[in-house]
Amino acid sequence: MTALAWLVPAALFLGALGLGAFLWALRSGQFEDLDGAAYRALEDLPPDDDEAPKK
Amino acid sequence: MTEAQTAQLKDPESRAQPAQHVEPSTMTLAVEDMHCGGCLRSVERAALRVPGVATARASLAAKRLMATYDPATTCEADVIAALDRVGFEAAPLEASKQDRGDQRQKYLLRRVAVAGFAAMNIMLISIAVWSGEGGDMDPALAQMFRWLSALIALPTVIYAGEPFFVSAYAALKGRRLNMDVPISLAIILATGMSVYQTMQASEQVYFDAAVTLLFFLLIGRYLDEALRVRARGEAQNLLSLQNGIVTLLSESGSQTKVPASALHPGDRILVAVGERVGADGIVAHGSGEVDQSLITGETMPVAVTGGAAVYAGTLNLTRSLEIEVTAADDATLLAEISRLMMAAEQGKARYRVLADRAAQIYAPAVHGLGLATLIGWLAFGASWETALTYAIAVLIITCPCALALAVPVVQIAAASRLFKRGVMVKVPDGLERIAEVDTVVFDKTGTLTLGAPQLLEGEAVPADTLAAAAAIASASRHPFSRALVAAAEARLGSVEVARDVEETPGQGLLVQTAQDEERLGSAAWCGVTDVSGQTAEVWYRRGDDEPFCFRFADQLRADAGDTVAALKARGLAVALLSGDREAVVTRTAQDAGIDDFVGELKPAGKIAWLEDRANEGHKVLMVGDGLNDAPALAAAHASMSPATAADISQRAADFIFQGRALSPVVEAVNTGSRARAMAFQNFGVALVYNAICVPLAMAGFVTPLIAAIVMSSSSILVTLNAIRLAGGPRS
Repeated sequence: MTALAWLVPAALFLGALGLGAFLWALRSGQFEDLDGAAYRALEDLPPDDDEAPKK
Repeated sequence: MTEAQTAQLKDPESRAQPAQHVEPSTMTLAVEDMHCGGCLRSVERAALRVPGVATARASLAAKRLMATYDPATTCEADVIAALDRVGFEAAPLEASKQDRGDQRQKYLLRRVAVAGFAAMNIMLISIAVWSGEGGDMDPALAQMFRWLSALIALPTVIYAGEPFFVSAYAALKGRRLNMDVPISLAIILATGMSVYQTMQASEQVYFDAAVTLLFFLLIGRYLDEALRVRARGEAQNLLSLQNGIVTLLSESGSQTKVPASALHPGDRILVAVGERVGADGIVAHGSGEVDQSLITGETMPVAVTGGAAVYAGTLNLTRSLEIEVTAADDATLLAEISRLMMAAEQGKARYRVLADRAAQIYAPAVHGLGLATLIGWLAFGASWETALTYAIAVLIITCPCALALAVPVVQIAAASRLFKRGVMVKVPDGLERIAEVDTVVFDKTGTLTLGAPQLLEGEAVPADTLAAAAAIASASRHPFSRALVAAAEARLGSVEVARDVEETPGQGLLVQTAQDEERLGSAAWCGVTDVSGQTAEVWYRRGDDEPFCFRFADQLRADAGDTVAALKARGLAVALLSGDREAVVTRTAQDAGIDDFVGELKPAGKIAWLEDRANEGHKVLMVGDGLNDAPALAAAHASMSPATAADISQRAADFIFQGRALSPVVEAVNTGSRARAMAFQNFGVALVYNAICVPLAMAGFVTPLIAAIVMSSSSILVTLNAIRLAGGPRS
């Protein structure tokens, strides 16, 4: 049972990590345009290309 | 709004400052026709090539472009012009309208995420406790787990419960009851009681139920908001695109592009060929032909010269016109139509959505049952603690979890189903209202018909005559000319383009060749005196040869007859109301299979007709596109417009449909009534659950485990049921 002493915090920490990642993604606008993101992934030009759209 | 924008609004002179001192401003443009990754790239590239634009990012979901730019070197109109060159129509959105809905959506999504995280972890712990109950679990460990749950649940309830608490407080302050009152009560009581029970080391702990409840309710709330934001965003794009940009002429004759909303009476605007007139006004200079079909329902273009009145939304066909704006004048057609519309809309504002009507019955019932349980157990001599625990169990079980999901999930599924089929849901309530209609009323021009003339008996025309006439016609944008060219292209493949064609507005076209002259136009233009006058005619004559007559008519949409038949098969009455001449209306009605029709109606006449039906207890779906239909659209129980409609009509309509087919009307009615049936099915599911569990809860048999299972399973069942609606192929 002593294993629970670190298993429970570990489980909570991992869960909180996921929650944090989601909130960060939301804040940084990654859910703004789900349709467009699907196409951007297929874009050939490298992101640092001068022609490419800048964030 | 960024600080830079605010500063710019407060101080218009900031534009004049040198570039290095100015913070970049941001603009948001609504962009039409952006469908794929390729469009996305073209739009962003075109915007970035405009000097002064620093960044550009397009959103495919919102159909908008956000760009930061240096206000000293460029402005919105430059970017709009650049997008126009690559084939995208764009218009500026007012800054105030851009973000508010979005923020509420994000606010809810953050709470969904937090509640979801908490629900999962508490459930994880709870399952361990439940499975250890009465077994080998150390009571001290179980007690520690309960405290752990409390530790997760308390901050979650405070943070994620906020939207419900705020709304419930507002309702109570206004001495009303809404759905959020029992929700808040159940969550607060369950959490508070569970903290107390944890202190007492009791097993009656409802942290998992309270947080799961919150999670499901927030999902429902979020979906509801997402639908609203999408509908509102699309409506705003639509209106911005139509308000559009007009070319303002200054007294010195220089041209500037300004938004149509910034015009004042007395301004002079230039309307190029193929543009819509931006405001009501009179022709100050030039002459030509305008297509007024959106306003009068009449397909024939009208010739205008200096002094003639033109209306916003009419299409300039043949020559550029200079127009003096009179829009603010209360006597204009637009103002008259707006007044009629506002009066008509007041009737519709009284409509109460299904969820609110359900809440009106539900909330008192829930409170009554909870109170009855409390008093009942106290009367039977139970301790107040037990009595309160059972009463809370009743509140949790009856909590309108499935009920709060029942309508939003169905609506979002229905809206995305319609969206796939080319119908935009502009007003979410419209889905409920369209399910109740028993009568469908169509407008004629542009709704039942395509609103553009087509050549009749094109096969009978000699090929060389058709080719020669089409060659001249290709120089003109007149609807008859276009129909002629389209018919020639369909039959002969390609059409030569005649040179040096002279166009006389209202009369016809003339070409002087080395041998003789060719004329295409009205009978008088070609020197023909004996005309039948039955149908719209265009004559063609080469030199002194025998003139040839082309006949035109506005054709029904290809599936108009099928659509009317399908609506009738559903048991709906179908009628046709039009402002056009009686004879034309009669023929159209017969072709489409409509028995009930009225012609030569003014906008007020259409409203009167609708009011008569409403007084007889009928609920009417109005389908129309013209400016003259706008008041009727607002007055009807539900309304639809094609995407080609006048802007004021699109503003009034609940649904906008795209494409040349009329079948979206049937689809919308079908989906609306299926959504309604499904909402009731979902209410039924919730009711069955309650019928089984409420007696158990009142008798005190509901443990935290049962409460958790009941709530999750009913919510999931309701959601899965609604998703059935979203399926099916794209059309």
